Amino acid sequence: MLRAILARMKQGHRTMPYPKEPVPLPEYFRGFPELSPRQCPADCRDCAASCPFGAISCTGGLSLDMGKCLFCADCGAVANGLVRFTQDHRLATSSRAELVIRPDSTRALARPLEQKRLSLFSRSLKLREVSAGGCNACEADTNVLATIGWDLGRFGIQFVASPRHADGIWVTGPVTENMREALLMTYEAIPSPKIVIACGACAINAGPFQGQTEAGCGVEGLLPVDLYIPGCPPHPVTILDGILRTLDKIS
Amino acid sequence: MKTLLSPLHNGGSIPLATLPHADNDSFYQGVLDAVSGGWRVASYFGVPQGSGAELYCVLASKADGTIGVARTRVENSFPSLAEACPQLHLFEREIAEQCSLTPLGHPWLKPVRFQRPFGNGASYWHETDGKGLLPGVMPYYQVEGEEIHEVAVGPVHAGIIEPGHFRFQCHGEEVFSLEISLGFQHRGIEKALMGGPYPQTIYQVEAIAGDTSIGHAQAYCMAIEALAGGRVPPHAEVVRGIALELERLANHAGDLGAIAGDVGYLPTASFCGRIRGDFLNMSAVICGSRFGRGVVRPGGVGFICGKSQTDDLLRRLEAARADLENAVELLWSTPSVMARLEDTGTVSGDTAREIGLVGPAARASGLNRDVRRDHPYGIFRMGQIPVVTAQAGDVYARTLLRWLEAERSMNFIEEQLRQLPAGGILTTPGNLGASSIAVSLTEGWRGEVCHTAITDDVGRFSRYKIVDPSFHNWLGLSLALRGQQISDFPLCNKSFNLSYCGFDL
Repeated sequence: MLRAILARMKQGHRTMPYPKEPVPLPEYFRGFPELSPRQCPADCRDCAASCPFGAISCTGGLSLDMGKCLFCADCGAVANGLVRFTQDHRLATSSRAELVIRPDSTRALARPLEQKRLSLFSRSLKLREVSAGGCNACEADTNVLATIGWDLGRFGIQFVASPRHADGIWVTGPVTENMREALLMTYEAIPSPKIVIACGACAINAGPFQGQTEAGCGVEGLLPVDLYIPGCPPHPVTILDGILRTLDKIS
Repeated sequence: MKTLLSPLHNGGSIPLATLPHADNDSFYQGVLDAVSGGWRVASYFGVPQGSGAELYCVLASKADGTIGVARTRVENSFPSLAEACPQLHLFEREIAEQCSLTPLGHPWLKPVRFQRPFGNGASYWHETDGKGLLPGVMPYYQVEGEEIHEVAVGPVHAGIIEPGHFRFQCHGEEVFSLEISLGFQHRGIEKALMGGPYPQTIYQVEAIAGDTSIGHAQAYCMAIEALAGGRVPPHAEVVRGIALELERLANHAGDLGAIAGDVGYLPTASFCGRIRGDFLNMSAVICGSRFGRGVVRPGGVGFICGKSQTDDLLRRLEAARADLENAVELLWSTPSVMARLEDTGTVSGDTAREIGLVGPAARASGLNRDVRRDHPYGIFRMGQIPVVTAQAGDVYARTLLRWLEAERSMNFIEEQLRQLPAGGILTTPGNLGASSIAVSLTEGWRGEVCHTAITDDVGRFSRYKIVDPSFHNWLGLSLALRGQQISDFPLCNKSFNLSYCGFDL
């Protein structure tokens, strides 16, 4: 017992001061993509062709779809200097369309829920997670939010064991054929009103598994999504930013 | 046996023409002889061809670091060797499911992933009412009796965890049998790789098991490098080794915390939950991604590890080491924790050897096997990490082993960071050799990862077989639960901590 107390004193209080202070991010962190288009030749499609997942479009000007992007920075757009991934961790949005970035589009961050659900959930939100084919990276970086560094509980948010206890469903993975029924049944089991969060590139648009029948196409179109968190996997601070904005806890 | 198997070393490739088509009897007898002579089954799979398939068996010998490959051609069916050699049981079921061939006399012929076969014909298993395969729906082993109750868990589990189905036969609190049914995470990766490599391939490989991105990416890149020739620069080999060990550390730290959590010991659970993040952040220093995405690329690595990175990593490593040691010490000195860990979920050394366990689970049962030493690759050909084993094979052994491995990995990383060679980070590989076969093994944090690549006559993958360590080890968990209290299931599960998606592919 004494050992445990001494250890606690040595380990110290390690909950991060976020959101009051920013979370330090590494030099190579790939956050919000900044687009700087040039006068590109009219029929050039090099940047679009360089992304195996169709995240980049050259039609009608340069655009990048964060919902399809894996944030790998291997694309020609980066190599040609048209896209630069910044240290800005705020990627989450409230609509699928807002995940598509254009050079002249206004920055869209996640918005708070509408009044009814906000008044119900802003101070106490219980979520049921379903891994519908996820590779365990989104799951792991969601799980980490409950650890003492991030301490999700201090925001009134908690992941619960039963959909009956939940206010919303948290989906990771592309919704594989083999998990589709389980996902839908879990969603049905959550009492209304409820929210749906799509966490990660797979949940939004099947991530690296686009085009694989067995893998599915993500949860978009299957369930009504309230929050989209892009990334492969999204950094815990990106996830937290999204969910806190949805609950109007940060602006 | 020697004439049956074509030899290669880890990360090597040979032309298919030098791999003889053994006749069926020589193949089956040869595989059995090899296993009784101490070889291990790393992989056993089918490549559909016409109405039948070619069966390939990849065996590994610790004695001289050799890998042996054998093949034979079959039509419609093949004799099951599982009763004589349990290591093969799941591979044979997988061949049935993927290639629609029947393993005659298989003692446990049931679905593996509930997937459609590669030929896209009808599924090998009986489809319920024409509605297609229903995952998890199959005849389970059942115990009859009034006092018996059957417990079903999953696919959706209580925590934030991947899906799987567990069927227990219990008498009161005691588990008589646990049967595990997976396949919920099946994304069709092996099918996606056929005809590749494609631009999507490396990203799909990194997502085979998201917590083993480095382990699998390394195996994939070694296969590409074997087929294309060319050397990986020294700087890249060292960074790959450091990244692999950081992956191991993050997961071991997380597991130590999770095991503590499952016995209700919150101090270590809390501390380790955070410390795991420290190791993940170290991976992010190297490549911007906590899970090491982008580090390992064919021909080298994707990022330079310069002085600012090495200095930063050394500082973080020192702090994390002190924190981790402080957190883990509490476990051994708390009797209520030890009482839960000791003699729980035991897998004997004999059982472990028989079913072909790999990784820390195998080493905790006394099996002295580690790919880094037995089939050295990359930096492990220069820098050796001592292999740790324990004898008891219980949850305590699997927990202690994680700590001991973590210590050794931290020593290794520090040593490598202090002598990181400068130089290039990547040599772009050329085209893949045609009509060849390459085998690569890595020691992922759960154990042996085995990738086997077979190219066609224009150098594209005609088959790419992936074996995650979990494919060998799920049976170990089933057996560990026999005779145990059902309330110890989460603890035993955590002590193995296997991959659902790595198994499902």
